[in-house]
Amino acid sequence: MHKKIRELILKCANRSKASHVGSALSIVEILEALYFNVANISKDNFNKPDRDRIILSKGHGSLALYATLALKNIIPMEALDKYLVDGGVLPCHIDMQSANGLEASTGSLGHGLGIAEGFVLSNRLKNINSRIFVIIGDGEFQEGSIMEALNSIGSLKLNEITVILDNNKFQASAATKDVADVNNYEKIFSAFGFDVESVDGHNVDLLTKALNKKSQKPTAIIANTLKGKGFSFMEDTLESHYIKIDDEKMKIGLTELENV
Amino acid sequence: MRMVFADTLLELAKQDERICLITPDMGYGILDKFQKTFPKRYFNLGITEQNCMSVASGMALNGLKPYVYSIIPFVVHRCLEQIRVDVSYMNTDVKIIGVGSGFEYGAAGATHHGTEDISMMRALPNMTICAPGDNYEMVEIAKLTAKTKDPTYIRIGRHNHGILNHNKIELSKASIIEQGKEIALIATGNMLPVAYDFAQELKKENINPTLISMHTIKPIDKECILKLINDGYKIYTFEEHTIIGGLGSAVAEIIAESGQKATFKRIGINDKYSHVVGSAQYIREQFKLDIKGVIEQCC
Repeated sequence: MHKKIRELILKCANRSKASHVGSALSIVEILEALYFNVANISKDNFNKPDRDRIILSKGHGSLALYATLALKNIIPMEALDKYLVDGGVLPCHIDMQSANGLEASTGSLGHGLGIAEGFVLSNRLKNINSRIFVIIGDGEFQEGSIMEALNSIGSLKLNEITVILDNNKFQASAATKDVADVNNYEKIFSAFGFDVESVDGHNVDLLTKALNKKSQKPTAIIANTLKGKGFSFMEDTLESHYIKIDDEKMKIGLTELENV
Repeated sequence: MRMVFADTLLELAKQDERICLITPDMGYGILDKFQKTFPKRYFNLGITEQNCMSVASGMALNGLKPYVYSIIPFVVHRCLEQIRVDVSYMNTDVKIIGVGSGFEYGAAGATHHGTEDISMMRALPNMTICAPGDNYEMVEIAKLTAKTKDPTYIRIGRHNHGILNHNKIELSKASIIEQGKEIALIATGNMLPVAYDFAQELKKENINPTLISMHTIKPIDKECILKLINDGYKIYTFEEHTIIGGLGSAVAEIIAESGQKATFKRIGINDKYSHVVGSAQYIREQFKLDIKGVIEQCC
């Protein structure tokens, strides 16, 4: 499935000439594991109160989410043709009014965890015990609101929440390690009362196993990923945040996908 | 007035189980009854205003009716971007309750004064803004806004005077407190009683102004203001808030686009912070927002 998601991302990016392609490519396996193996979300229940929920807090990775939702038949495949084109349907940063299956409007960083907390607190009042997954970026982890949310979620022991940190090692203008201490994710999550596990963020089986673990505490999964994963001309580069997929890059990319 | 709000919210919560109350550690002695009556629907989430607003948004998306309560600078300015994205943009049914409008927290200093909140909230699409001027307006606004699904900001101030508004209150509909002629005094929140006192002073001079309570600042009652302009009124606005972007600006915008001339003056805080040490009333005097200062500014 991740191959198909990457193909859709590449084609949409080619059509729209939009950026943030690398940010979408790093979360492909995370989304596959969540939507196809772990979370109780389908085309039949995406509006039901007791569904599991996935919030893409790093909203600039939206293209991967749109592709995944299309493959889940939650949004029509044709909507992808209308990604970030004039008069289109799907915007670069997520507008929850634009399509089905989008749990929150994100794009401004550091909002998803608080919204997840609101989902859980209200679910508990309604005796609904569903899981809430939040995907945040390693750059996003620098936002102050993330610390407020982790403190609160940990203190309240909201074990319905699983945070997946997409550790793709680049933020908008630099390698993350050149901006912040990147060796403290586990320590910080643990200190706030989370169970923490680091996994290969491009291994769907390992991700699935980690995501399926039950805990009395909220869970954090550090998914070690590569920005721009899957394509030689952008993998593991800062430039993948901005790269435009012209026809030649798409041709190379599609060939590389076939040969995986 | 904040106690009247808390009591009203408690009654509303008894009728509507979706109502929840979130506070970033404020409301000691004010929210206690709610907390005791509905412990599961009361959330002190800690001193985390940004997170509180996102949590409220999540609750509202999930069908609840969350109220977020704190002092104005903390429940508006500290988390303005969360309000913008999670409440205004996502159009969630979150009620933001700001206490201490204007100089109400006088002695606490400018960090605690609510003097630019209307301007900031007015700029946000989908946002309703109310500022009750007496306890009757407080109760009615709390009840009326509880029925809507709109993002709403309620700006709460003081109450140390009698009930001034005896009208049936509708959101976005100005209340005529006293009908006069030629001069219109339009006041909101804390300035309603001051404008009322000013009206009584004018009457002693045989001038009978029309006194209006603009308890809803957004959407504003445009029709009421256009009528005042058409009828040739001299218009004064009164707000315990910067004159930039608040009630006065909202009225000025309508006058400017009306294509007609009107004599107009904004009474409010003139683009300054308070560095004055003293009580709220003392600070109001220094900013000429007490009755004496208002007479000086208007006459």
